[in-house]
Amino acid sequence: MPVATITASPWQQNLAWFAYRVRRSPLMLAGVGITALVLLCMAAAPWLAPYAPNALKLTERLQAPSALHWFGTDEVGRDLLSRVIYGSRQSVGVGLFVAFASSLSGGLLGCLSGVIGGRFDRLTMRAMDIILSVPSLVLIMALAAALGPSLFNAMLAITLVRIPFYVRLARGQALSIRQMAYVQAARTFGAGRWHLVQWHVARNAAPPLLVQFSLDIGNAILMASALGFIGLGAQQPTAEWGAMVASGRNFILDQWWYSTFPGLAILLTAIGFNLLGDGVHDLLDPRQRGN
Amino acid sequence: MNALAPTRPALLSLENIHVRYPAGRDWLGRSKGYAHALNGIDLALGEGETLGIVGESGCGKSTLAQLLLGLIAPASGEVRHAYESNAERQHAIQIVFQDPQSSLNPRLPVWKIITEPLVVHRQGRHRDLRAVAEGLAAQVGIRAEYLGRYPHQFSGGQRQRIAIARALSSAPDVIVLDEPTSALDISVQAQILNLLSRLQRERGLAYVLISHNVSVVRHLAERVAVMYLGQVVETGATATVLGRPQHPYTQLLLDAVPQLGKPLAGDTAAQRTELPGNRTLPAGCYFRDRCPKAAAGCEQPQALRRVAGAEVRCHRA
Repeated sequence: MPVATITASPWQQNLAWFAYRVRRSPLMLAGVGITALVLLCMAAAPWLAPYAPNALKLTERLQAPSALHWFGTDEVGRDLLSRVIYGSRQSVGVGLFVAFASSLSGGLLGCLSGVIGGRFDRLTMRAMDIILSVPSLVLIMALAAALGPSLFNAMLAITLVRIPFYVRLARGQALSIRQMAYVQAARTFGAGRWHLVQWHVARNAAPPLLVQFSLDIGNAILMASALGFIGLGAQQPTAEWGAMVASGRNFILDQWWYSTFPGLAILLTAIGFNLLGDGVHDLLDPRQRGN
Repeated sequence: MNALAPTRPALLSLENIHVRYPAGRDWLGRSKGYAHALNGIDLALGEGETLGIVGESGCGKSTLAQLLLGLIAPASGEVRHAYESNAERQHAIQIVFQDPQSSLNPRLPVWKIITEPLVVHRQGRHRDLRAVAEGLAAQVGIRAEYLGRYPHQFSGGQRQRIAIARALSSAPDVIVLDEPTSALDISVQAQILNLLSRLQRERGLAYVLISHNVSVVRHLAERVAVMYLGQVVETGATATVLGRPQHPYTQLLLDAVPQLGKPLAGDTAAQRTELPGNRTLPAGCYFRDRCPKAAAGCEQPQALRRVAGAEVRCHRA
């Protein structure tokens, strides 16, 4: 008879492992903390924000930080703390969307390119080289300007520019995984390309893509903010961090808080996601992991 | 007993098979030359028998395995088999690789690995696959409770058992064993060999056993073919070929096996033991450059001929 064993499900084991690793690494703990805070702001903005983000109060314009307005107010009397909290929905939302869209499409394209090879592979990689050959911020600006200034178009432009990084990463993985004996074995069963990608290549190529994914959220927030700053991203009166920094620029000498707090939000969020990405990288390194 | 042909009806036969790979291309995409992997192979495999293939690295053993599995097509010659469709052939001929570390996907649970051939051919409903895996695991000695685990949680011998279970899942007639024990501990090798023998008896499997371990071949194979530079140089019943080797290459190969109580031949190191390149094939006997018995007549191409119960590709045997 089988010996009675107490085994946690794989999910529980992974969760316990994750918690253990996070406790042991202060940087990753910081990353997880900041990320959690930012996600909380996104989810609970209406409850956290003391004022409505677009509520004008011209009698209280350009007030310094105080007990009533922790981050001060802007030139039409809107509460900056509320706008920073609501702005997380725009800025971080862009980051998440871009990272998801570019990693999924780029990762899939890269895996297929590596598995299919031949002319398809060459065509794909040359197309990616073309995208990479233009400085990415210039290309994003050109695309966003051509599509018309809006946050959604900015997201599309940033996604397109980020795709080649995932394609190259996934293709490199696919090329090495393709040589593994388990892929050869699957070929002898008569497995088609789609089965190879689905069962073997995608599963084993995922860890480096996941790391790139979490690092990219920070990048995309910065890019979206840059677009907002030059007026090609979110439009007034939407609260978006980059756009807020840009409008605060006119008041920077006398009302330092206007640009500072949204700028700090961008900085802190980017650092948080980067720390998380580094942590995920260490976490997925099999040499770090026992049985 | 005829040692040259299978004793039972043939499942598979190869007739004068040549396989070559393009070696580099010029700027117009034309091939600059070929690596000649197989140069006229004739083999037949009967139901339920074990055919051993021995030879040094680079003699074309792996190419032969790929050819049998239908992964590559011969440049000339004919592969005859009894299967009507590709799918049927893929089901009927399976392979077990040398290194179970790399032949099992580290990110799949074992029951999915075992039933992968069935998934590829969309056989069996998802719910049944786990039950199928349990049945196969029992046959190879893996406990059903462990099927949800991942390959790295098993030892080398257990992983090879899993690889064997995967090969069995499509109920094959033939399993190509590509060095099935050489990546394993000595103590585990015997267990795997015994498992293979038992499965052969129970299921009437035919094995093509590719190995350079002569004692493994002696233990398992009924017939053996010795390969050199993409040709069979000697073939016949295992006892005959490995007991009284007649081709100079077979003799050299068997002498190279270290034996207790015998000093290693001192001059072995001084001999030319490299395979000649396979870009341009040698004229005449392929083994002439290395052969201790080379003499007049060796500049002629050699054909297999019957000598004392075996077929030998040497006019001096």
